[in-house]
Amino acid sequence: MSSILRFLTSRWGPIITGTVVGILAPVLVTLGNPGNMGICVVCFNRDIAGALGLHRAGVVQYIRPEIIGFVLGALVAALAFKEFKPRTGSAPLVRFLLGMFAVFGALVFLGCPWRAYLRLAGGDWTAIFGILGLVAGIALGIVFLRTGFSLGRNRPAPKAVGWVMPAIMVTLLVFLIVAPQFGRDANGNPTGPIFFSTTGPGSQHAPLLISLAVGLFIGFLAQRSRFCTVGAVRDMILLKDSHLLNGIIALIVVAFITNLALGQFHPGFANQPISQTNEWWNFGGMALAGLAFTLAGGCPGRQLFLAGEGDGDSAMFVGGMLVGAGFAHNFSIASSAAGPSAFGPITVIVGLVICVIIGLTMREAVATAKA
Amino acid sequence: MKNNIEIVDARGLSCPQPVMLTSKAIKKLNKGAIEVLVDSGTSRDNVSRLAKNSGWSVTVEEQPEGNYRIVLKK
Repeated sequence: MSSILRFLTSRWGPIITGTVVGILAPVLVTLGNPGNMGICVVCFNRDIAGALGLHRAGVVQYIRPEIIGFVLGALVAALAFKEFKPRTGSAPLVRFLLGMFAVFGALVFLGCPWRAYLRLAGGDWTAIFGILGLVAGIALGIVFLRTGFSLGRNRPAPKAVGWVMPAIMVTLLVFLIVAPQFGRDANGNPTGPIFFSTTGPGSQHAPLLISLAVGLFIGFLAQRSRFCTVGAVRDMILLKDSHLLNGIIALIVVAFITNLALGQFHPGFANQPISQTNEWWNFGGMALAGLAFTLAGGCPGRQLFLAGEGDGDSAMFVGGMLVGAGFAHNFSIASSAAGPSAFGPITVIVGLVICVIIGLTMREAVATAKA
Repeated sequence: MKNNIEIVDARGLSCPQPVMLTSKAIKKLNKGAIEVLVDSGTSRDNVSRLAKNSGWSVTVEEQPEGNYRIVLKK
């Protein structure tokens, strides 16, 4: 057992994690999750935002146990391997903003990097434009990193700081199970404060315990292997290091094979599940998301895993994602199957401008010193 | 060249800054000793991997509070 666990921090770690995600994500689709959405960190945060009433798009409201599992699985791994380390203070408000803009961009594309790779592996060729945009956004982020961009240093924080995000996740789990309905609509029927979709993608989900178990397992593996769907591309461009990228390649290849085996591989551009075909805004949305994730130091999954390790700044990013997901639907930013919504494109442009300003203005003197 | 140790303090920095700072020091020195201070297992692994791939020897020393002192030599 311990040799397997040591294996996870070796170069095989990301490959094992990618393989597990590549198998389990399509299986979750078979068990009820929306098409090509076995796992989508941004979509699932959007569903949670809807379930909490932060937006009222009735078709995308559900408390996704996978997200809860990601944080708690990473927490368990961090505690078991003495890596639970509460910390905060690295520009939390800027990270909140980056979380919001990352979600705006991702919801114009209709998926985070995890889902972009899973869509590709399911034969949704519109994902290609999203992935190209993601790479472009990451490349732009690297320009800022190379020229001295930094959100500054975090500092060790009291233990309680690290427990906030896990506590929020446990609370969400309670909401999911209890689903309180003490509001009343105009006709006197029970409604809210927790909302679950009865139609649409929000109503499609694998059984709770299976989703939670998958989330816990992936959260554990990813904390150990440092799996990151954005760091993979970043490290390849910046450092010519394929350590994390191998995990993404494994994810795509294994998910493709699993989809084939389960009869879920449907190649084409049109009529793909929860997807839109506008190549420019698929590209643009993910370019914004890629830039925001890169400036924040990792993909949305990685932010959840770090939050599970006690990183209060990543937890702020997750908070930004939740609030941003609410705005994305309330302000007609998120795309629909018909294409980009009224304010999607302009929000992507505004988001890119704001992220570029963040990239240009946030820097810290971190020179090396001679002893 | 006595005491000519380059120190990189990467504690508290997000990915990939610890690796970038180490890479900068490696390119600058080409030879010698570098001491990198990091505060997470992730940075420890990433910095060690970069140094090994660049042909430097790596010694990791665990310090209190989950910090690491990584000594690179070439």
